[in-house]
Amino acid sequence: MPTTSPAPAEAPGGDAQPPRGEPGAAAVLGRPAAGAFVAPALLLIAAFLVFPALWTLYLGLTDYRLTGAAAVNPSFVGLDNYTQALSDPQFRNSLVVTALFVFGSAVIGQTFLGFALAWTMRDWRSPLRSVVEVLVIVAWILPGSVVAFLWIAFLDGQSGTLNALLGGVDTEWLLETPLLAVIVFNTWRGTAFSMLLYGAALSAVPPSHLETARLAGASAFQQLRDVVLPTIRGHILTSLLLISLWTFNDFTPYLLTRGGPNFRTDVLPVFIFRNAISSGQLGYGAAISTVVLGVNLVIALFYLRLLRERT
Amino acid sequence: MTLKLQANAVKGGKNATEASWLQDWVIPNFQKLMADQGKQVTVQYAGTGADDEDVKTQLALDLRTGGGPDVFTPDGPWVGEFAQAGFLKPLDEVVGSEVNDWDGWSQIPRPVTGIVEFEGKRYGIPVGTDGRVLFFNKQLFARAGLPTNWQPKSWDEVLQAGRQLKARLPDVTPIQINAGTAMGEATTAQGFIPLLYGTGKNLIDGGKWLGDTPETQAVLGFYQQLYGQDLGDARLQLRADGRDRSFAQFADDKIAVLLEGDYFWRSVINPDGGLAPMKDRDQAVGWALIPARQPGGGLNGQDFVSLSGGAGRVINPNTKAPKEAWELLKFLNSKEALTNWVQREPRITSRTDVNQANLKDPLLSFISRRVLPITATRPGSAVYPQVSLAIQTATENVAAGRSDAREAAGRLGAAIAKAVGADNVTGAS
Repeated sequence: MPTTSPAPAEAPGGDAQPPRGEPGAAAVLGRPAAGAFVAPALLLIAAFLVFPALWTLYLGLTDYRLTGAAAVNPSFVGLDNYTQALSDPQFRNSLVVTALFVFGSAVIGQTFLGFALAWTMRDWRSPLRSVVEVLVIVAWILPGSVVAFLWIAFLDGQSGTLNALLGGVDTEWLLETPLLAVIVFNTWRGTAFSMLLYGAALSAVPPSHLETARLAGASAFQQLRDVVLPTIRGHILTSLLLISLWTFNDFTPYLLTRGGPNFRTDVLPVFIFRNAISSGQLGYGAAISTVVLGVNLVIALFYLRLLRERT
Repeated sequence: MTLKLQANAVKGGKNATEASWLQDWVIPNFQKLMADQGKQVTVQYAGTGADDEDVKTQLALDLRTGGGPDVFTPDGPWVGEFAQAGFLKPLDEVVGSEVNDWDGWSQIPRPVTGIVEFEGKRYGIPVGTDGRVLFFNKQLFARAGLPTNWQPKSWDEVLQAGRQLKARLPDVTPIQINAGTAMGEATTAQGFIPLLYGTGKNLIDGGKWLGDTPETQAVLGFYQQLYGQDLGDARLQLRADGRDRSFAQFADDKIAVLLEGDYFWRSVINPDGGLAPMKDRDQAVGWALIPARQPGGGLNGQDFVSLSGGAGRVINPNTKAPKEAWELLKFLNSKEALTNWVQREPRITSRTDVNQANLKDPLLSFISRRVLPITATRPGSAVYPQVSLAIQTATENVAAGRSDAREAAGRLGAAIAKAVGADNVTGAS
């Protein structure tokens, strides 16, 4: 149930929040001092986040171009770019592809795999755990271009590693199942974050609670459902929020497929790149970027709302 | 003093010969020449080996922020776009009126200087020009019972040869004609536009851009026949690295016919340092003019058509050393320098004196004798990239089987109308 608490939705746990109405840091330091402490942060946020966002909003209302006369003297075109986007079947296609990509790789793939790894390894003390963790993290920290090259080699039809392992198969995965391929790729690439976050969260579940549940005869599934998940709910939502936003803005599929074949992996960042940069329509690209910004805000608000709900 | 020289050429990669010519010959010799005149000039080479679109984006962004290399190498059509945006200024404004006194101008024929001109003003010196033809594998043609001096006279004859190749050589892709967004400008320049010229129209006809017209429908219809009947491998057109793969497959005797420019001959299948070297290139590869849809049906009533482009070298208006940059530009295009380049790798330079003395390569002399007289160029305008993207999208949808030619032409017309304004398009849209 939503509450109207003005307290900031503090991530994980939730037990440590100050009771409502308690004076915050401002009361201890005094308003001017507190203001002085946050001013540098606010300035940086204004310069690097708020200003570019407003600038994008403005550019989206113009016919600004990369080259040509409109690069010097863009003119104001109102909402033309937005109406153009709404009537553009390529844009609608991109929206659907992006939704599937985010849902498949972030919400389903990374969250489930990350949690499964963290849950499976929660009591391991063997070096195997370190080995698995290092491997997962390596997938996360390698540069995107390197990883993309490895995956192209892995999925290649004639000489790819995957088909060699399967034996006697020559499926061109990036052509036959392109969206699934980039979803699996992104899951592989981004699972480390979820695994680390859930690993930390699981170690915060009080062992006594689990012990009590075990003594009461709860099965492993019941312990997970009734003890673990309610305790780490905040972690789950925080993780979902972050990886949904990252995935929504992820450009890496371009390195594997360039949005193809025939736009089947044409996620919004690739769509924006093609229209804004390759074809030079910076204004149109900015309008789509504004839409993406709006969708990101909606995603963020949705999760924050869930985080505030206390059951 | 340091000058930065940019070209989309890198040793061991794209345009490798140009890169080694620039780095091993031009730069040391230019620095020596300057030193002899008592000037200490260092030239720093800033080469890339990327797709042209990416290089263009990088240059546009660099120039927009007041930076960029002192001397760089834009593709011809970019000159107009950059000039309109103020990223480039006429040569005599950047350097001074002495540019008009260069003795090299008299060696560059009129149509070729046009490559780096915009609204009648010179923006740089052209590097050279090129032409597009149908390359074919003579050995595969012989095995399929087709003549090794093949010269189709209509689109139907091209498709007919494709069907015969497909029937006799099931393991070979008969004809590959670029389509799709992954290939970028290659789709437009080595696919759609040469075919469009074969219908008798240019992209801009009578002052208006072509939209959904019988001609664009015919071109997309040709694509539909080609890829719908599996005479070409549509998957090559859809994948990210399709163009490189098509090069490799042609070099590997897996593609019989490929529409490409002389770049393909010089820099891709060149047995000496090409991207996909073909040891028996000189014996195995033949070429034919691109036929019009039917004889006499091409641009200006021609039987055969082609498209030409070419790059130029220009001076960045932001340069701090315009005089030295001009010295470098002159040196790059001197008879001595271009002769050294064509001795490393035959190509059609902008200078007649160099071409006459050195053009012994059979394909290049074919292009300069038979193709250049019938060729045409792309419009250099800021909306062109957007039109080009619409064309790439339309051909991709047809090659992938998502749309038929009529539907794709309808969408192409609508997209072009959006790009250039509904009043500037012909055809219902």
